[in-house]
Formats: sequence, structure tokens, C-alpha cells
Amino acid sequence: MAEPFHPYLPFLLWWVPLLPLIAGAVIAILPNRYGRVASQIATGALFLSCLIALAALLCSLTPGKMASSIPAVTWLTFGDVALQVGLWLDPMSAAMAAMVTFVALWIFVYSIGYMEKEARFGRFFGFLSLFCGAMLFVVLSNSLLLLFMAWELVGLASYMLIGFYFEKPTAAAAAQKAFITTRVGDMAFFIGMIWLYRQSGTLLFYDNGNGLLESGVLHSLAGATTVGGLAVSSAAALLLLVGAMGKSGQVPLHTWLPDAMEGPTPVSALIHAATMVAAGVFLVARTHPIFSAAADLNGLSLPLIAAAWIGGITALYAALVALAQTDIKRILAYSTVSQLGFMMVALGTGGVAAAMFHLIAHAFFKALLFLSAGSVIHGCHEEQDIRRMGGLRHAMPKTFVTYAVGMMALSGFPFVFSGFWSKEAILHKAQIWPGGHGPFLLAGAAALLTAFYMTRQALLVFFGVPRRPGVAHPHESPSVMLVPLYVLAAGAVLLALVGTPVWPWFEEWISGESARFDSGALMKPEVMHLIGLSLAIVTLGVGASWAIYRNVSSDSQAADPLAGKLGGVWRFLEQAMGFDALYEKAIIGPLAFFAGAIDALERQVFVPLMAVGESCVKRIGRWTGVSDEKGLNDGFDRLCSGLQNRAVSASRSQSGRPQAYLRAIGLGMSVLLILYFWLIA
Amino acid sequence: MLLLSFLLLPLLGAVLLAVSPGFGRLHAGRFAIGWSVVPLVLLAAMEFQHTGSSGGVMTEWSLPWMPDARIHLTFSVDGTSCLFLFLTSCVTLFSLAVSSKIHLGDRAYCALILVMESMLFGVFTARHFIPWFLCWEMTLIPAYLLIRLWGGKGAPRAALRFFIVTLGGGVSMLLGFLVLQMSVGTMDFAALSQLAAHQQLVPGLVKAFGATGLGGHTLLTVVAVAVFLGLAVKIPVVPFHAWLPDAYAEAPTPVTILLTGLLSKMGVYGLLRVFLPIFPEVLPGLAPWLTALAVATVLLGAIAALAQKDLKRILAYSSVNHLGYCVLAVAAVATSCVDRVAVESAVSGVVLQAFNHGVIAAVLFFGIGILEDRSGGLRGLNDFGGLRANMPVFSGVIGLALFASLGLPGLSGFVGEFLIFNGVFGLVPWAAAISVIGLLLTAVFLLRLIRKVFHGPLPTPLAAWPDLSCRERWLFAPAIALVIIPGLWPQVLLQFINGDTLRLLDQLRPIP
Repeated sequence: MAEPFHPYLPFLLWWVPLLPLIAGAVIAILPNRYGRVASQIATGALFLSCLIALAALLCSLTPGKMASSIPAVTWLTFGDVALQVGLWLDPMSAAMAAMVTFVALWIFVYSIGYMEKEARFGRFFGFLSLFCGAMLFVVLSNSLLLLFMAWELVGLASYMLIGFYFEKPTAAAAAQKAFITTRVGDMAFFIGMIWLYRQSGTLLFYDNGNGLLESGVLHSLAGATTVGGLAVSSAAALLLLVGAMGKSGQVPLHTWLPDAMEGPTPVSALIHAATMVAAGVFLVARTHPIFSAAADLNGLSLPLIAAAWIGGITALYAALVALAQTDIKRILAYSTVSQLGFMMVALGTGGVAAAMFHLIAHAFFKALLFLSAGSVIHGCHEEQDIRRMGGLRHAMPKTFVTYAVGMMALSGFPFVFSGFWSKEAILHKAQIWPGGHGPFLLAGAAALLTAFYMTRQALLVFFGVPRRPGVAHPHESPSVMLVPLYVLAAGAVLLALVGTPVWPWFEEWISGESARFDSGALMKPEVMHLIGLSLAIVTLGVGASWAIYRNVSSDSQAADPLAGKLGGVWRFLEQAMGFDALYEKAIIGPLAFFAGAIDALERQVFVPLMAVGESCVKRIGRWTGVSDEKGLNDGFDRLCSGLQNRAVSASRSQSGRPQAYLRAIGLGMSVLLILYFWLIA
Repeated sequence: MLLLSFLLLPLLGAVLLAVSPGFGRLHAGRFAIGWSVVPLVLLAAMEFQHTGSSGGVMTEWSLPWMPDARIHLTFSVDGTSCLFLFLTSCVTLFSLAVSSKIHLGDRAYCALILVMESMLFGVFTARHFIPWFLCWEMTLIPAYLLIRLWGGKGAPRAALRFFIVTLGGGVSMLLGFLVLQMSVGTMDFAALSQLAAHQQLVPGLVKAFGATGLGGHTLLTVVAVAVFLGLAVKIPVVPFHAWLPDAYAEAPTPVTILLTGLLSKMGVYGLLRVFLPIFPEVLPGLAPWLTALAVATVLLGAIAALAQKDLKRILAYSSVNHLGYCVLAVAAVATSCVDRVAVESAVSGVVLQAFNHGVIAAVLFFGIGILEDRSGGLRGLNDFGGLRANMPVFSGVIGLALFASLGLPGLSGFVGEFLIFNGVFGLVPWAAAISVIGLLLTAVFLLRLIRKVFHGPLPTPLAAWPDLSCRERWLFAPAIALVIIPGLWPQVLLQFINGDTLRLLDQLRPIP
């Protein structure tokens, strides 16, 4: 085992997730009127947590001491088996923890401004804290069990925050949909986890050579086979992949994510763009050794191929749907789905480092975009329809600049933006993938569409003339909301520095090598080739969009210029290719019908059956009762009357008091009877 | 003697209540509540005496009653019993504490609940069939009367059905054990499991009933089925569950809490402590049927809950579903005990699930009681809405319990379900894979309940409802602590049962 980075770090690292969780618990019991105090507790706890996470990140930069296990504690013992949980710090978890705490910290700050007028201001920060604590456990966990538990808690926090405006039926429904859809994936994850545990006897990732992700266990997992000759490692990995698809909104489990935009905008930024939805990608990245355990000589295995194709399909699907959306947040939501697809492509094609780089870069620029969108919505008095915006660059110049940075990073504007290099790395991996060109082509097409729809959105929101009739003027946001935008914008740009082919520091750090500077790398033919392609893609996407949307009508009711050209296809895209309607017909309807049928079965079959049994018992009861009456009681009565008669005759001869004699005889008889039965028994 | 006085303590309270008409309307309830705190205190003292002994017999009391027939009144407490006694004391106290003033003013009501507590104590400690069965059947009478006399409109019918069906099950169990008595001459649980381990039950049965022409193995199977029937009706297992929704729905809320929190646990306890150790020889043959019934229970409970419109019936079916996981684990253990770790996991899971379900169900049914109280008797799924706006504390507490019920990690429900599925997957993978659908559907109907009752717009008439009163908060607080603490730190419960789990494991392996 590698030595710990620093003597105090093992103790401190537990506090990274615990501090926000404790803050969340404190806020939960704090009366609602202390909203401001709650926000201070939450932000303060997260700030401390962020400091420790950054310190851990610095420690993990030391070459040769890149990974460290935080001693495991026994969480439960059943019989004589102990289940342990612990933390694990390596470049991947250090980067994720630092990113989550850093981005979340700025979103907390932003929320102080954005949520100012909310009645449940304090509660909001409580849920955010719960979310951060759980998310940090997800990224730092050294145990699949702890990861799963935190994963579910993240789902709870997401449920609470999507349904934050629970009075709105749509928000309540969206929250329920999110929890249940992701739970479909979670159940697959659950079974996959148990399968791995039963097969390997451990749930720890790294445990001095006995962990799940270490070669000994991986070898035995890949060696065991299950139905259809599939290796157990691959089968379990497929189940984990389904879990990841639920959380990361991959087709066909993506339908909850656009609806999740019912939550407040900072929530969309933090949870449904930057961090939580990336948990699925992180899960696959973390357990990547299991995915590739049974790989063939080309490095291909069924779960990896599945990830690559699902990712590619999701990337293109969501990019297509995003073309036809009009809600500023829904466009960004579909774009998130699409970008998560890119990450899956990277994971499937073997580019864990590329996926992680895109994940972290995406967290910055997507959080930035959502917060900027929030600023726009705030400035436009809660308007979210981009058809009714326009010309905002004059009214909100600062937001415009930050939005432009985010939009260019997402579209992959060349050279200075992180999104360009991260996407380029993914396309590079997909291109040289030996499993075929499908994912590469899908991702390439999605990249083109990304540039197109982001340009469309920027043009409709910030350019042209204001199309919103008869409402007060838009206004710029306060600085408590603007400063986080600047910070995230800086991050979206600066991150580009660590992931260029010239100095692929991030990739080599994640994969445990020390980075080297190689100015010649840029000039390699395949890199030049791909950079050329990326440039072409971006130029084409932006150019086409510019040509179509440059002179959009000033009438907010006018149809989209593309709508006329595409006709039915456009409407199909508008309705997100009908997944919701399909699920309504294929799952929800039949389930309700089935439930009704089972209920009828209950009432028509089981209850009458029980009634039959009941009447049988009653009949037996009546029969025994009757026989008791006729046999025992009558016999006893006859006996008694006989006694009575004899007593009467006896009394006649003795002229005493018959009642007294009778009583004495009856009593004596009973005693004798009892004694008799007692002795026999 | 401490044990005996502990067992009889609630009964004494009931007698005192019955013979002293001097208790006014006010004091009967106070006396009963105060009295039911005492077992809890005694239990705590008993536990403290034995902390660190990790299970094993903590205390025992035995009296030869009919020595010729080898009938001893044997009662003993080990770790698992201790946990169930703790659950009984807590849930009884909770049930009394949440009863309305009108109920509490009735001496008979309080006395019957105390009688039931005593009998439950007996069930969870008796080590011989006769005292065990006496207590088992004696719980029925107070339960019947409580439903019948203080229940809703349909209560007489539901109570009678409950009584007759469970009595039928009891008779079947009695017959089974009589057969054993006539064959091997004992009904002592420990002696029977010893005989079973040495494979002497079958020869005994052949000797006594060989004249029937049935093989010894078949005879033992018939006995095992007869015993299982008695337990299955109580839990209940599909298709013996049809009495449950009506009984749960018609009983007054505190009695529903007793029914689901305690009476159903008798069956689970019986499966674990009586059924498994005595019939290991015939279990593999019965296992496929048990597994099928368990999976049916899990799925039917969950699906039927989806179709219900009455909150109490939703939770009643949810109870069927949750206890189905216990039966599933027992069925899996019956299938095979080759994978030792899986068996340990499943058995531990059964106890935890039973305990946690008792607590969670008590909280949830009390929640419905509060809704009925505020609304004047309504409890339809569509009668409410948006209550989170004006009853945030209530919504938070019930929300927590609902999430615990659907198995959210960090709350108590998850630990039991994790251990059960972990065990079942190792023993009967397909059953675990199918039953996972139950876990998913639980989330569907419980979240729908949250959405319909607590979310959405707040109807005007509901806006005037007050949030939890101070008294109600104090009632919920300890219950919620019992939901959170074992979820974060399961050792607090598991340390009591680990020793028993290992002992059961030894009983399940035949001694050559």
C-alpha cells in the first residue's frame, strides 16, 4: 500500500464529506426563521471542506505517493463477517472532491443572492449541504457499499431539490419521476454490487491486494462465467452501467433529467449539470478495471462496447432534441445529457482520463452556463422562453460575457477553452478505438450539433432586438451572483492549460504518471488531423446557426426558422422523440392496469377463498357446538335432573333443606370430575 | 425469577386495572402508560447486565409443569429474544401513548393491551411448545376484542375473520406439534432441534405413524407444512393474507400499530426460531414452494399497494411486501446452507428487517392516525394535498419514515434489506433478482403517497390544520431516533444477534 500523503490527512479527509452532512443535519433542526444563519453554516462548512479537499489535491500531486487508503472502519458485522467501509484518495477522487467542493462553494454563494426571497431559504441550504456531503462520499469512498449508500442519498437530495417548489404539481411530479427513474438504475447497481460481493467476498476497492479493483480479485471475477458464457466481471459491470445510465441520464433512462429543471436554477447548475449527474460517469471510471477485466486483446469487452454505443447514441439524441427546445434551461439540460454521452463514449473507448477531464471541464462551464441562465431568468423576471428574450447583451453585459465564455467552452471553440481540448481528447480516443467507428461518428455529429444549438441559443437570448412585449426592462444581477460567474468562467478557460496535447498533465496525473512537456506533440499528424476536424466541426456548426438565426424575427410568436423546413421532424424533436409518451403507454399504463388486476384478484379470489375457509371453520364450530349442546350438556343436564330427582326423594325422606344438599352434591361431583381427569392426564 | 416477573408484569398491570374501578377516566390511561414503561426499564437493566456477551442465553426460568409428559414451562432470553422483547415494549408503549383520550379512558382497552404485551413476551421467550403456543393463541383474544370493540364500521366482520383465520392456522400448528409429541415424546424446541440435528425425527415418526403407509420423510414434511401454515397466516404469506387489509384498516390506529408492529413479527420469529431449527431435514424439499410463496408475497404486496386508495390499506399491503422479504430470506436459507456467509447475512437480515419494520410501521400508522384526527376520519389518498406547506414538521417526520420504508441508506430499513438481498442472492439468485422489482415498486407507491398527501397545492380547508403539537413531537422523537440510529450504526442491533446467528447456523447443518 502506498504511504499516506500526510500524517494528518486520514483524519482530516473524513471531514470533507462529514462537514456538509453535519451542516445539513444542524439546518434540519434549525427553525425556518434562521434562514440566514443556515446559509452561513452551510457555506462555512463547505468552505472548510473545500480547504481540506484542496489540501488533499495538493498532496496527491506528489509524484510516487499518488494513492492512499484511509483506514477502513467496520460498519456492521453479521454473524462473524465484518463489512468495512473506508475512503480512498487518488488523483481521480482528489480531483473530483476538489471540483465538487469548489464548484459547489460558488454555487452556494450564488444561491445566497438568487434564493434571497424564498420562504424556505434555510431549508434550501440544508438540502444543498446534504447533497454535497453525500456526493463527496460518492467520490471519496473506498467501498462499493459506501458509494452505493451515498449514491442513494444523492438521489434523495436531488428529489428534495427538484421538488423544492412542491406546491407546483409539475415540480412534485418531476421529483417523483427523477427518483423512480434513477431507482430503476439503482436497483441494477444494487444487484451488481451484491453479485460482486458474493463472488469476491469484498466490497472494498483497494485493500492491500484483496480489493475489488486489484488484480487478484479481478482475475477471479473475469475467470468465473455465468449465463451465456459471460464473465461475472462483465455481467456485474453491465449492471453497474445500468446504474450509471440512470444517474447520468443516458438513453433510455434520461427522461427525468429535462424535467428536473423544475428545481431552482442553482440546483440545476450544481446537481443536474455539474456534479450529481456526473456520478454515473464517475462510477464507471472508478470501477473501470471491472469493466475491462474480461477484455480481449484489443481491449474490448461487452460492458465497454455497451458504454461506448450508449454514450454515442445519447450524445447525438440529446443534441438533436436540444435543437428544437425553447426553454433556456431545457436546452442546457439536453446539452448536459449529450455531454454525459460524450463522457460515456470516452469511458467505453478506454479514455478514463479523457472522460474525467471532460467531466471536470464540463462541471465548470455547465455550472457557469446554468448560473448565467439563472441570472438571465432573474433579470427577465422569471421568463424562461428564449423566443421572448433577445437583445439582452445591452441590458446584461456582464452576464453576456460569462455566458459567452460558457457557451464557447461547451461548443468547443478552439485553443483557449477547456471544452475544445477535452472534447478533442474524447474524439481522439473514439477514433482510434478498435471496436468500430460508430461511437466516433455519433460523437462527431453530436459535437457539430452542440455548436449549432448553443449558437442558436446565444443568438436568440443576447442578440437581435428584445421580443418580450409589455414587461419591465431586464436588469443586471447583483454582484453576489456575478462573482461566482467570473470565477467559474476563469476555471472554464484555465482548465484548458492542463489538458492540451502539448502538456497532457491531467491525463498523465490521473493515470499515475508524471507529466512531461512535449511541444512536438501538437505537430504529430494524427493530432493535427483531429484538431483540424474539430475546428471544421465547430466552424460549421456555428456558421450554420449564425446563417439561420442571425436575423430572427422580432415577433415572439413567430415559428422557428428551422421548424418550417423540418416540419414533422421538428415536432418529433420538440417532443424529445416521444420517450415520455412511449413510457406512458408501455409502462405506466400497463402497470396501473396490472395493479388493478391484482387488486381485483384480491377482492374476487383471495377474499372469497378466505371466506370459504372461514365458513368451514364456522361450520366445524357450529357442529362441535351442537354436539356439545346435545351430547355433553344434555347429558350433564340429565345427570343433574336425575340427581335432583334423587335429591328430592332423599330430601323427602330426610325432610332437610334440599338446596343445600344439592349444592353439596354438585360441588362434590365437580371436584371428583376434575380430580379424575387430572389423575388420568 | 426476574424473568418470570418480567413476563407477568404487564399482566399484573392488566389485573390491577380490571379489579380497581376506582381508576377514573383520566387515570386508567396514565396508569397503563406508566406501567408499560417498567418492562422497558427492566429490559434495559437486563441488557446492561449482559452487554458484551454477544448473545447466548442471558437468563432462563423453567418449571416442570407436567413432568410425565415432559412439559416444562421454559422461558429464556437470548440476544434475538431480547431484541424482540425490546420491540414489544417499545411498540406497546408507543401504541398506548398514541391512543386517544377516549380509548385511554377505558380500563378494558388499556388492560387488553397490557394482556397482549404479556402474551407477546411469552411468545418471544418460551422454549417449549406448550407455553409458547398458549401465549401465541392468547394474543388473539385481546387483539380480537380490541379490533371488534374499538374498530371502525366493518370491524366486527374483520375481527371475526382475523380471529378465525389465525385460529385455523394455530390449530394446524398444534396438530403438527402433537404429532411430534406422539412420535418422539417431546415438544421442547431445543430437544426437537437436537433430534433433528441427529436425524432422529424421521425414525420416530415412522415408528409412531408408520401404519399410515406414509414414509417418514413425507410425514415430517406434512408436519412442517402444518407448522408453516400457522406461521404463514400470522405474517402473512400469500395466499393466507386476505384477512389483513380489512383487519388493519378497520382496527383503531393504535391497534393497527400493534398488529403490524408486533403480531406479524410473531410469525417471523417463529420461522426463524422454531421452523428452521426443527425441520432442517425437509427444508430443501419445501424450499422451492417457500421461495415461490415469498416472491409472490413480495410482488403481490407491492403491486396491490399501487392500486389502493385508502392510506391504511396502502400501508397494510406495504407491510405484506416488507415482511415478504423476511419470508424470502427464510426460504433462501431453507434452500441451501452451503454458502455460510450468505446464510449469516440472510438470517441477520430477517431479524433486522422485522425489528425495523415494526418501528417504521408504527411511525407511519401513527401518521395516518394524525391525519384522521385532523380531518375528522378521512384517510383517502386523494383527500389531502400540499400538507408540507402548513405541517412541515409532520411532513418531515413521515417523509423520513417513508424513505426508511423504501430502503434509503442511512435509515434503518436499508440495512435489513441489504443483508436479506445479499444473503438471498448468494443462495437463490433468481428470487433476489425478481424480488428487486418489489423494492422498485415500493418506491413508486410510497413516493406517490408523498406527492398526493404532502405535495401539490394546499386545499383551503386543510390550511387551518395545525402542525404537530408538543406532545406529538415528543411521541415521534424517540421513534425517529430508532429509525435513524440503527440506519447509521447497525451494530447497535446486530451485536445482540450475531451469536444467535452462528448458533442457528450450527443447527441447520445435520450432525453426521
